[in-house]
Amino acid sequence: MTKVSMTVNGKAASGEAEGRTLLSSFLREELGLTGTHVGCDTSQCGACVVHVNGVAVKSCTMLAAEAEGAEVATIEGQAAPDGTLNVIQQAFQDHHGLQCGFCTPGMVMSAAALLKDNPKPSEQEIREYLEGNLCRCTGYHNIVKAILAASGQDASAIAAE
Amino acid sequence: MPKDSGIGASPKRREDARFLTGTGNYTDDINLNGQAYVHFLRSDMAHGKLNGVDTSIAAEMPGVVRIFTGVDFEGVGGIPCGWQVTDRHGEVMQEPAHPVLAQGKVRHVGEAIAAVVAETPDQARNAAEAIELDIEELPAVVDMKAALAEGSTKVHDDLTSNLCYDWGFVEENKGAVDEAFANAAHVTTLELVNNRLVANPMEPRVAVGDFNRATGDSTLYTTSQNPHVIRLLMGAFVLGIPEHKLRVIAPDVGGGFGSKIFHYAEEAFCTFAAKAVNRPVKWTSSRSEAFVSDAHGRDHVTKIELALDAANNFTALRTDTHANMGAYLSTFAPSVPTWLHGTLMAGNYRTPLIYVNVKAVFTNTVPVDAYRGAGRPEATFQLERVIDKAARELGVDPIALRRQNFITEFPYATPVAVEYDTGDYNATMDKLEEIADLAGFAARRAESEAKGKLRGLGVNCYIEACGIAPSNLVGQLGARAGLYESATVRVNATGGLVVMTGSHSHGQGHETSFPQVIAEMIGIDESMVEIVHGDTANTPMGMGTYGSRSLAVGGSAMVRATEKIIAKTKKIAAHLMEAAEADIELKDGQFSVAGTDKSVAWGDVTLAAYVPHNYPLEEIEPGLEETAFYDPANFTYPAGAYACEVEVDPDTGKVSIERFAAADDFGNIVNPMIVDGQVHGGLGQGIGQALLEAAVYNDDGQLLSASFMDYAMPRADDLPFYQVDHSCQTPCTHNPLGVKGCGEAGAIGSPPAVVNAVVDALQSAGKDVTHVDMPLSPSRVWAAMQG
Repeated sequence: MTKVSMTVNGKAASGEAEGRTLLSSFLREELGLTGTHVGCDTSQCGACVVHVNGVAVKSCTMLAAEAEGAEVATIEGQAAPDGTLNVIQQAFQDHHGLQCGFCTPGMVMSAAALLKDNPKPSEQEIREYLEGNLCRCTGYHNIVKAILAASGQDASAIAAE
Repeated sequence: MPKDSGIGASPKRREDARFLTGTGNYTDDINLNGQAYVHFLRSDMAHGKLNGVDTSIAAEMPGVVRIFTGVDFEGVGGIPCGWQVTDRHGEVMQEPAHPVLAQGKVRHVGEAIAAVVAETPDQARNAAEAIELDIEELPAVVDMKAALAEGSTKVHDDLTSNLCYDWGFVEENKGAVDEAFANAAHVTTLELVNNRLVANPMEPRVAVGDFNRATGDSTLYTTSQNPHVIRLLMGAFVLGIPEHKLRVIAPDVGGGFGSKIFHYAEEAFCTFAAKAVNRPVKWTSSRSEAFVSDAHGRDHVTKIELALDAANNFTALRTDTHANMGAYLSTFAPSVPTWLHGTLMAGNYRTPLIYVNVKAVFTNTVPVDAYRGAGRPEATFQLERVIDKAARELGVDPIALRRQNFITEFPYATPVAVEYDTGDYNATMDKLEEIADLAGFAARRAESEAKGKLRGLGVNCYIEACGIAPSNLVGQLGARAGLYESATVRVNATGGLVVMTGSHSHGQGHETSFPQVIAEMIGIDESMVEIVHGDTANTPMGMGTYGSRSLAVGGSAMVRATEKIIAKTKKIAAHLMEAAEADIELKDGQFSVAGTDKSVAWGDVTLAAYVPHNYPLEEIEPGLEETAFYDPANFTYPAGAYACEVEVDPDTGKVSIERFAAADDFGNIVNPMIVDGQVHGGLGQGIGQALLEAAVYNDDGQLLSASFMDYAMPRADDLPFYQVDHSCQTPCTHNPLGVKGCGEAGAIGSPPAVVNAVVDALQSAGKDVTHVDMPLSPSRVWAAMQG
């Protein structure tokens, strides 16, 4: 076991990790940040997406030790300290972009990374970007809609409802 | 103007605040002081004689607390089956023992053989790898028809064969059905496969067992859709723990879709082991384990025949289905191909004579049980495919053929034992034609053709039966449980309410929609109502959430309990205003005396109930808390019409969904936003079944599609925006809310629409293709096009 230190959601954090400890396990079990979810063991589902140094990463695909010294952002750090949701979180609520909530942290973190690189993505660009995030509840309709809305585009024009 | 509160409004979901900020409380987020971790050693062989399990080396590995094998569970009950089907000869089904850990034999890849309890998950896994197994491999039974052949290897040596039951429905109609076929002007026959699926809720299963030696109480935290059912089955049949010493908690649950209804061996193991090692014991399934240990869904092979007269009226329907049970009977497995399938074979149509035969078969595969729709998708798929095929054979419009045969008068008693209370199938078809813009299809097809693509349109109807009940009827059909639902409504002194429901939310949004109903009934703000669910210690005995039953059954129980509350508060209000009880009206949270200006507020009355100074103590008790158990008189029958437009790439066989429209009749709607979401999710799963998903076994009983690398889950770019509408509303006639249930419709109604559309596309190019089995992968579609 070695000590691993990083900045998580703007605060210094450290804990013990084995060489094989995944970042997802470290966040959940060592730091108690259980908002990052683990939905598979083949890096397919995306429930564990966090940002490492500003880049979206599947935290089950990275060792905790690799994040030594990094700036890590998780779902727990997305809302304002008073609980006010950020634009993407609010859009997910406004457009019913979540049901059971299990894939949601990864979806929100992926959406944030997408909008950082591509502030006005088309529907097709959103769908393609979300290839690495599985949702079993929503059929993706309201997730795509929420991301369109969060990017300031008119989601009400979308068919259905 | 849409309403902003109460029934029919779409308030934002209150559960979202925690799910969006990473503060949900899922079972894997629960860690108890001193907990140990479980790793199950699972069979990698489909069928074998288990001669020995040597744990001597593993037991000495670092961190090992204890290793359990089948021997530790001799004398402990097996995992029970909750439904006993009686076959067409009056014999009860063959019901094999289902041990917690394998005893004597392994019968499917993934069956748990041993369990290591250790200080850390890695130590448990390492030690499991050091367990030495002596297994003599036996031939695997995989194909259902081969399993029934004379001389087949038996999955269970103590049963007479691999046949669980041979069910006929309605057996007395068989002769008349055969006669109708002999006299038919036209018979359409179709053989098809309803592909085996894996439910794959995004949250894998987790169980945490805890035992309090001081009190003798056991607690199980588990990813369940129905904690009371788990408490009853595990306590009474497996571990011998009475309910008052066993608490089951299902906290935030990350999706279920049926797969978290059932009582699983891992739950019983963790509860048992926590007592045995005297510390909390936690198991978290990996996704790889989930694929080989969660109950699968569907897996029917069917031959269906439709008889028509010279005027194209349906005269009879006959089906022959083989239904895979897997290696053991999961909790509700026997009911799925029978009472949840045969009873739906009338669909939306006036077919006077129906006979359904189902042979349920044991194989060396993971047990198969209910998955979103459960029996109803299988019924709908075969019926709507054979009707489509008949229309094409007869050269008539598939929509017109359906309309001609629609049931139009209600109540309608089908020849398969159920009575539809209400519906309007022409209305949903009219709505579908409008929202799907069917009139514009020809132009869209021309556009696709100009791009070198084949465009097809598939339309179908569906009916489902939700809120399965009443209990006395399902008992006669073999259910070993009641199918009521419960609610306790507790009003606090200052007027706020807590509803403790026996149903369970794992994505459906009860915490938001249930308060809308109470707010409507009393005329108070929704924020005054809190919903408690998922813990047997603080909710009344309930049957949980599945089969689209939460609002229709659980919501009705809540209404009944609230009616009792309102009746009592009116008595109190009458006393406070010195008026006759019959003159008291409750509106907008105010009690008033009819025809006067006297009134008291809701909060004044609730306070009087708990501070009964000025109170009719001689007539009624203080306090305001009421419980109701609601046992429905009948199923509810949501129905609708769906349309799918596909483009097929003739060079590759790749299918893309271009448009999808769903017109549903769910009766009354409490929260339209949530209903839309339920339909979207069902459509995603149904389209997934039609285009992508398949649990595939090879002849050795190895599951080839056992990870998200191999099992094609629908992704965002596989699916379109959906056009959904639920403005056609024929309220259910027998529950107090007039609601029917919406959770499964999308998954039931969409697969035939997709397949009908692909067949239409291929036929438009002159291909002689009448059917392609799901999933419609590019290779299958391309092969079909080559003839």
